[in-house]
Amino acid sequence: MNPTVTELETPAIPLTGTAELLRFATAGSVDDGKSTLVGRLLYDSKSILSDQLAAVEQASHARGMEGADLALLTDGLRAEREQGITIDVAYRYFSTPKRSFILADTPGHVEYTRNMVTGASTADLTLILVDARHGIVEQTRRHAAIAALLNVPHVVLAVNKMDLVDFSQERFDELTTEFNQIARTLGVDEVTAIPVSALLGDNVVTHSESTPWYDGPHLLEHLEQVSLEQEEHSFDFRLPVQYINRPRTAEHHDYRGYSGRVASGSVAVDDEVIVQPSGHTTKVTAIDLLGKDVQTAHPGQSITLQLADDIDIVRGDVITSSSAPAPLTNELTGTICVVGSNPVAPGQRVLVRIGPRTVRGIIGSIVDRLDLETLEHIPHTEPLVLNEVGTITVRLAEQVPVDSYKNSRSTGAFILVDSNDGATVAGGMAL
Amino acid sequence: MSQNIEQVTAEVDEFGYAPGDLNMLEVATNGTGNQDQLDALESESVYIFREVVGEFDNPALLFSGGKDSIVMLYLAMKAFAPSPVPFPLLHVDTGHNFPEAIAYRDQIVADNNLRLVVAEVQDWIDRGVLTERPDGSRNPLQTVPLLDSITDGKFDAVFGGGRRDEEKARAKERVFSLRNAFGEWEPRRQRPELWNLYNGRHQPGEHVRVFPLSNWTELDVWRYIARENIPLPDIYYTHERQVFKRDGMWLSPGAWGDLREGEELETRRVRFRTIGDMSCTGAVESEAADVNDVVAEIAASRITERGATRADDRFSEAAMEDRKREGYF
Repeated sequence: MNPTVTELETPAIPLTGTAELLRFATAGSVDDGKSTLVGRLLYDSKSILSDQLAAVEQASHARGMEGADLALLTDGLRAEREQGITIDVAYRYFSTPKRSFILADTPGHVEYTRNMVTGASTADLTLILVDARHGIVEQTRRHAAIAALLNVPHVVLAVNKMDLVDFSQERFDELTTEFNQIARTLGVDEVTAIPVSALLGDNVVTHSESTPWYDGPHLLEHLEQVSLEQEEHSFDFRLPVQYINRPRTAEHHDYRGYSGRVASGSVAVDDEVIVQPSGHTTKVTAIDLLGKDVQTAHPGQSITLQLADDIDIVRGDVITSSSAPAPLTNELTGTICVVGSNPVAPGQRVLVRIGPRTVRGIIGSIVDRLDLETLEHIPHTEPLVLNEVGTITVRLAEQVPVDSYKNSRSTGAFILVDSNDGATVAGGMAL
Repeated sequence: MSQNIEQVTAEVDEFGYAPGDLNMLEVATNGTGNQDQLDALESESVYIFREVVGEFDNPALLFSGGKDSIVMLYLAMKAFAPSPVPFPLLHVDTGHNFPEAIAYRDQIVADNNLRLVVAEVQDWIDRGVLTERPDGSRNPLQTVPLLDSITDGKFDAVFGGGRRDEEKARAKERVFSLRNAFGEWEPRRQRPELWNLYNGRHQPGEHVRVFPLSNWTELDVWRYIARENIPLPDIYYTHERQVFKRDGMWLSPGAWGDLREGEELETRRVRFRTIGDMSCTGAVESEAADVNDVVAEIAASRITERGATRADDRFSEAAMEDRKREGYF
């Protein structure tokens, strides 16, 4: 039932920090209960504090509701509350003794494909909601397609409102089968389906007695145990250089460090590396991990490398393993999602941002458009507009290292920036 | 307007700090490097600092002497070591700050070879640009000196310690938040942030607020302070203080104002969960004597940091959204 302030218990949050961090994104269509599910997850994991709940209770009463409407917890801006909509990506934080979670909560309206793309771009897992009564709808396909496109490692299908279909196993199986077919078409090989009732709390943070036929994990359990081992760990070493550190002080007179965050693979002292695009080869002499001298560094770590030779390295260069450097190209082909109000058209001048590097580009051609409902690539030469997804080519002013997005979500991703007003025009994934 | 911005040269203060006490990279201990959750947050924040220094001409870091700005500064030191922090600190001093926080500020500047720019709200009041409010709070008066200082200093990127877990309007904030020439935040004009490709392009006169602690929670900040052994102003820990109750909060009398009729001064054992303008920063009753006590206390707390201690967010359901739009921190 809906909670009240007095029912709150002391949370079971560990004092020392949790072992791991999982980033996930939710997507749902209008009225499928996403806000309630998110509110339930926050509430039942005891991440809602009493003053927040009191505010929600007060707001709920003001609208003539009984108890607290958990959906109100996740509405942020006054504009949204007045119109009863969610207009943007909102970030939520909660933790359990096992993991800390960052949730990118995105609205499900058709016109906000860009928000789903934004949320999915940094997610380790996408949580897709369907209403058990309505089943797979256009929005569901759209969400699945975006998860596949953004190469989100894990997909969860939460079949919500199970209470309204009498917790029917048949209905659940039917929806799961249908969704798995879609997922397979999209190349998503791992889907976990969970029957839930966000309103009543079934299978959200505890196993439901109403679904004896379901022996899989409840939602929170799954979020706590899903593997965080990413493709970035097994891919080749890449360090996009953000900053050249030259103190020029008496104490560090000859110090020259190359700072960045490891995008993929690992690097060790004495490894031979190539600096791209120049192609110079050198050796790693030291790795500084924020004040600690270490022998190896791994994906996600912000480090500073020292190299054996004085090579001309600038921000945007990529230091890679010498055995498997990135392909160099001055003609980028990629799938883009238009996220700005200006269309993307052939001949248009843009700035292309790939990691820390910004390079001038001209849109070559529009190759096709992806219909997110039928999941078909449709030949298309017209400009792509806001919320449309399609394949394009971009001519670049110089040769740059770019990996295939399939191999690396970090060094294969790019954004297109309007060279006039600086707006972000599109997010792209190199083929 | 430049006379309002005072270049402070550091000197030893009277608050018990000896030179070197706040030499952060010497005093603090380093992380585990094991890629646990705090390491992931730390690496992300450092990545953000390095992006900004790579992309912008003239950044500044908003520093208040509060724990979030201290952690932010510490992360900046780590990001650029062994070089010094390559941008100045900017402090909007309401004149009603806790003296303990000001002493801390001056010592950390002296010990770490930092540059500090201070904008005194009093100067804007003296010139008649701002008027003192009847309730004595100068918290809302900070916005104009902040925006003037950003313009005068030609700062194109300004680091703030805001966290998305603090408040509903902040939950929708970007890491790179574009502000127009009036310093205003326009929710519908914010750019989508895809992957970690932050877009800092801006027109002349505009600037970008950058929030390196976006993904940290209050508890994360405290756990990190504990893990790294980061020294904080003493008023974050329990001490005896003369306080009085107003609107359900324990306030300290000071230059900002005094008791009203019916209010009574009491001695309580308190500490501060946040440190801001004295007029609107309430103390909480606490016996937490060190950082581990504080972490335990916060983990068990059932009230948010702002709900417990900030009068400024209690005015309306959309108080923060409104102040953010006007260009507040």
